[in-house]
Amino acid sequence: MANLLQIHEPGETPVPHSRERVLAIGIDLGTTNSVVACSSNNNPEILRDSDGMGLVPSLVAYAEDGSCVVGGLARNLLIERPESVVCSVKRLMGRGLEDVKSIAGTLPFEVEPQTEGDSGMVRLNVNGHKLTPVRISADILSDLKTRTEEQLGHVVNQAVITVPAYFDDGARTATKDAAKLAGIEVLRLVNEPTAAALAYGLDKGAEGNFAVYDLGGGTFDVSILRMEKGVFQVLATGGDSSLGGDDFDHEIAKYFLKNHSKRDLNPNELKTALSMARLVKEQLSVENDCQWPIKLGKSEADHKLDRATFDSLISSLVERTIDICRTVCEDANFLPREIKGVVLVGGSTRIPLVRHKVAELFGKEPLTDINPDEVVAIGAALQAEALTVGSETLLLDVTPLSLGIETMGGMVEKIIPRNTTIPVSKAQEFTTYVDGQTAMMVHVIQGEREMVADNRSLARFELQGIPPMTASAARIRVTFVVDADGLLTVSAKEESTGTEAKVTVKPSYGINEAEMAEMLYESMKFARVDMEERLLVEARVEAGRALNAVSAALNKDKHLLSNVQIIEIQNFIHKLEDAVKGTDRDTIITASEQLENATKEFAEKRMDQGIRSALQGVDVDALDEQASKG
Amino acid sequence: MNGLDKTAQEQKVPGLGVMSCWSCKGPVSENNTFCDTCGAVQPPGQYDHFTRFGLKPSFDINVDWLDQKYFDFQRNLHPDQFATCSVQEKTLSQQQATSINDAYETLKKPLSRADYMVDLLGGTFLPEGRNVINDQELLLESMELREALEECGTLEQVKVLSTRVQHEIQSCIENLSKLFGDNDIEGACRVKTRLKYLEKLTEEIRMHQTKLV
Repeated sequence: MANLLQIHEPGETPVPHSRERVLAIGIDLGTTNSVVACSSNNNPEILRDSDGMGLVPSLVAYAEDGSCVVGGLARNLLIERPESVVCSVKRLMGRGLEDVKSIAGTLPFEVEPQTEGDSGMVRLNVNGHKLTPVRISADILSDLKTRTEEQLGHVVNQAVITVPAYFDDGARTATKDAAKLAGIEVLRLVNEPTAAALAYGLDKGAEGNFAVYDLGGGTFDVSILRMEKGVFQVLATGGDSSLGGDDFDHEIAKYFLKNHSKRDLNPNELKTALSMARLVKEQLSVENDCQWPIKLGKSEADHKLDRATFDSLISSLVERTIDICRTVCEDANFLPREIKGVVLVGGSTRIPLVRHKVAELFGKEPLTDINPDEVVAIGAALQAEALTVGSETLLLDVTPLSLGIETMGGMVEKIIPRNTTIPVSKAQEFTTYVDGQTAMMVHVIQGEREMVADNRSLARFELQGIPPMTASAARIRVTFVVDADGLLTVSAKEESTGTEAKVTVKPSYGINEAEMAEMLYESMKFARVDMEERLLVEARVEAGRALNAVSAALNKDKHLLSNVQIIEIQNFIHKLEDAVKGTDRDTIITASEQLENATKEFAEKRMDQGIRSALQGVDVDALDEQASKG
Repeated sequence: MNGLDKTAQEQKVPGLGVMSCWSCKGPVSENNTFCDTCGAVQPPGQYDHFTRFGLKPSFDINVDWLDQKYFDFQRNLHPDQFATCSVQEKTLSQQQATSINDAYETLKKPLSRADYMVDLLGGTFLPEGRNVINDQELLLESMELREALEECGTLEQVKVLSTRVQHEIQSCIENLSKLFGDNDIEGACRVKTRLKYLEKLTEEIRMHQTKLV
């Protein structure tokens, strides 16, 4: 076959950047700060700005025209224009209005009332804009992507993003949606403590049973892992997805403001007070007392706080983390003292009381030789490299919370217990409880409590078309599948008729399809290009697989073909190889189909040969008997 | 995608153990996890947990061996190894890893292994409620041990009790090994119930211990 000449417009490169080997990055998308790292040859590096700073504050400031700035620039606006700045948005990921009410007061957000047609997801009013936490996170991720691309000098569109181990399905989905909006393909969601353990295991050669204590700005996680010879097996995990350094700031602010006038603070004043409290907390981690002026309205007053008072303010919060550590040790079948080492992660572990309590529980000084602010991003980068380049490392993680469905009387029937290794699939049979019942509501629940009302509702869907039968006659099989990202898919099937319903759990407080489409439309500037790019990459991967398969088959079974047939197949191989070098997806798909058609007869011959060789030495009567049994 | 879903279904030739590989379309032995010709990952197939690890059903398992074998499997089959592969390979690796996880979780602990053995060997002919405590002796033993735990006021005392319970657990496991070896399923069910109770007590002992620390 003649090769067609490829003609390009002047200045247009024939092969776009995607053909270069592109580095995948690791992103620690934190409540207070975010960090990006990238790794090549198992050598992870934090991306730093010109001042050497690796931490990008997870703050976004929105201007009236809707444009935004992220990081240090947004922080500079915090004092002057607090109404335009959003902080700690991670605490709202996958949350509903009701959840936010319960943490209202601790968080300086102006929440929009829900309007009809919207999903249950919270919306914030920032400088006149109604924004979902997914949108705001996407703006942070988008900014991180741009910074990274500027530094590395090439496009980055794949990443490992870390999430708190204790994040529920809703929060995980929200994080993945945010990445999608930012034009980032998530190679894997990795749990933060697991990423930290990976960094310690690979960088520091830690082996044995380790605990990772991760106290960040807004979330607390503790995981126990068995680490040996490149295997990182999470044995148990636990935490609290709304407990972190933010809560310490709040305690300090409350203490300072207790003598203030009784009027409620508005969100902006609260923001100011909280950012002062944060500075006080940071200073008290290295000094024994400090003094800060806080200006509210017209009054400005100096406030004093010493270490001992600070410790007493936060001691019940710290004690809560220690209780959770105890439970997780029990789940992993260890006494705290039997753990070989404890790794500290998260800025809040710099607080002396936290270190002291952790050391006391585990009976040993915790490990801090990798910067607690950067260790998660380093682990994420190592995993990004492993996923794209390949590695001998094996990460085995678990589900943090039990998954189940609602049964009669508002009770939860657990289907996948917490701390089950993922990926996992479990099924259970249920039945109807009313004569002639033709539909069944499947209500998917996440949490440890007995009653539905005390747990998190993930999704509801209905299995319809059950044939009318007497009560308890129908057999409805509900299957839960959790993938390697920790995301859940639920399906239900009536066994006697095969009636089926399947949902990818779109969390009750997630964004719905229409909202996603709308947001993608808004971010058209890259969405469309990205989508096409992704489809092209997919077609190339698929073509690569087919080329590899046919070449392997030819290598082995060439003798089944005539020379003419071999040449014909080889022509189609070359055609597909050429198509893959180009950028037209349709050409690749057509060439793939042609190759598949051209090798059909070859495949049949190979199967015949395989069956003939399997038949040799097999008693044909016995075979017939087996075949008739089916 | 190119009718891949259809071709990926197991095209099994009855009785011969030969299937067609979904990727290169050539013959592949049905218990292979990868195609010998093109190297593509295959569907996990329907096997009992022992067969999946290449074992004959037996209560006696070397757990260290099981761990290593499990890690070897997951090193090759975990979805992390297929992050940049085609959709079909990602799906199949997830199914493979799921099956291996299921088999490993079931076999690694003596109690779940014993439960599974009973399901596999004698599930159909045993009466309903075979796990219900109807053993007078066991009832007495459990009451006595629970009282003993409540009376433990020091770590030393808990340790003594814990050692005793661990010893009992060990003897249950030895018993189970013998009973399954003799194919005495009913006997195994009785010991299994006792083991279940002792394991629950171990959890309570640990909680008690944590409280005292």
